[in-house]
Amino acid sequence: MGHSLHLTVDGQEHTLVVDSRTTLLDALRDRLGVMSAKKGCDHGQCGACTVLVDGRRLNSCLALALTHDGAEVMTADGLAPEGELSTLHRAFLAHDAFQCGYCTPGQVCSAAGMLAEAADNAPSVVTEDLEGPVELSEEEIRERMSGNLCRCGAYVNIVAAVRRAAEESR
Amino acid sequence: MNPFDYERAADAAGAVTTVTDRPDAVFLAGGTNLVDHLKLGVAEPGLVVDINRLELTEVEALDDGGLRIGAMVRNSDAAADPRIRRDYPMLARALLSGASGQLRNAATMGGNLLQRTRCVYFQDTSTPCNKREPGAGCSAIGGYTRYHAILGASADCVATHPSDMAVALAALDATVVVLGATGERRIPVTELHRLPGDRPEQDTVLEHGELITALELPPPRPGASTYRKIRDRASYAFALVSVAARVDVDTAGRAPVIREAAIALGGVAHKPWRARAAEAVLRGAEPTAETFLAAADAELEAAEPLDGNRFKVQMTRGAICTLLAELTGVPEALPESTTEDTHE
Ligand SMILES: Cc1cc2nc3c(=O)[nH]c(=O)nc-3n(C[C@H](O)[C@H](O)[C@H](O)COP(=O)(O)OP(=O)(O)OC[C@H]3O[C@@H](n4cnc5c(N)ncnc54)[C@H](O)[C@@H]3O)c2cc1C
Ligand code: SF4
Ligand code: FES
Ligand code: FES
Repeated sequence: MGHSLHLTVDGQEHTLVVDSRTTLLDALRDRLGVMSAKKGCDHGQCGACTVLVDGRRLNSCLALALTHDGAEVMTADGLAPEGELSTLHRAFLAHDAFQCGYCTPGQVCSAAGMLAEAADNAPSVVTEDLEGPVELSEEEIRERMSGNLCRCGAYVNIVAAVRRAAEESR
Repeated sequence: MNPFDYERAADAAGAVTTVTDRPDAVFLAGGTNLVDHLKLGVAEPGLVVDINRLELTEVEALDDGGLRIGAMVRNSDAAADPRIRRDYPMLARALLSGASGQLRNAATMGGNLLQRTRCVYFQDTSTPCNKREPGAGCSAIGGYTRYHAILGASADCVATHPSDMAVALAALDATVVVLGATGERRIPVTELHRLPGDRPEQDTVLEHGELITALELPPPRPGASTYRKIRDRASYAFALVSVAARVDVDTAGRAPVIREAAIALGGVAHKPWRARAAEAVLRGAEPTAETFLAAADAELEAAEPLDGNRFKVQMTRGAICTLLAELTGVPEALPESTTEDTHE
């Protein structure tokens, strides 16, 4: 059954008719052609589909589109309006924080959401003093980014393993 | 995914009526569990009633000094609430140790309590499972049981309840406020979930159509408390074993004495497991490594591990002892492993 849905995506307004089963991720990619959010696992386990909904990071694959009728959605594209890269985008580039880049839009959105959460002083499970100010140590960043899995992350280790196996079977 | 009708509830009473009237209707909160199940074919409702616009989003102080948390408060917002961080750190830590930042932003208090087991066979519709299909048989028994129960299971189901938050709520003696077709009722959170028995398909004591509207926390109690989770990865994984504990030690006399202790365990049973046997041993005893071990053993006496999770008995014993030692400042003296560790 068709339902009318209104979304603002990366600053652009859209009205469309969707089936009740449509997820926010599928609405973005398959209906609106917004390809920045990626479909990895489709079950909330990898974070590739992370977008900001009304400023908060969410897994768009586990969100029914209709639940977010009227929402403002920001993808990694929208965080770089007219190709103008944000500080976050530039930092990812400068530090070569990707291999294939598939998980990168989700990583960028998650990082943007996480930085805002930390700026709001929201604690994480590794925050020692729950009432104290949040300081973004490496451990804090790791914990807060842990919902985004990068399948390329083990790249060097895979190479080493294959090399070792090749050497051992020679 | 099967087709389903979709309705957005305008108020709590309307949501209850709509779901009560249709046996094939379900509530949708954050969707992080239900939408997953719609995709997997584990849930096949005819009507999804979206409760995201209900005004159940407040954290309010109660007259008695406790706290009322609306069912639609997001897990991340509850964990960041200054009163919860200050007065119920065990709950904040349990919430923060569940899932990921993105998921906690969507997950709600009500939905987290009612999330279903992560038993892999339950989620795989190609395998028999009594919880999904009563009478079908249990694929876990004799199968992969690393994440399964060591306490309170039955011959029909050995699944565990996956929520971290619920474990802290059990130790805090929280109350679940529920609205049904005939009015409101209040259920101690320790009595919300059922043990599987011969009806594992029934996770809780809730009737079809009953809506959780809030959780109530009693006034903060004295003592040191926290939540500790042991898992296969440093982050973003369900608990193998978890412990929520509060201990109140009287240090006025010559030797310190435990006035009161509250302990609940996660990852070990079909429900958040309130460790009353352990608490009874601790009450009135001197806080020593021996006392802690005796308390853990009193609780784990009833443990019936499966082939794939024997290691959890020792892991739970260790987790209880370590946490109690930490909370009381007593140097711990963990016993040598008495059970065989199974590493799969
Ligand atoms: C990859 C992944 C990892 C996770 N890791 C963890 C973890 O480590 N620890 C942990 O605790 N959880 C974990 N979770 C589970 C997550 O916390 C739950 O999915 C979430 O809390 C459910 O809340 P929700 O609001 O999204 O519920 P929904 O998915 O909307 O609903 C869940 C169930 O509750 C019912 N329901 C919802 N609200 C109400 C209400 N108010 N009254 C009556 N019925 C209601 C629904 O009908 C449905 O049956 C994980 C989830 C994923 C996907
Ligand atoms: S343990 Fe319970 S949930 Fe898992 S397969 Fe057996 S009956 Fe199903
Ligand atoms: S695609 Fe959404 S979390 Fe993997
Ligand atoms: S860069 Fe390839 S998945 Fe992360």
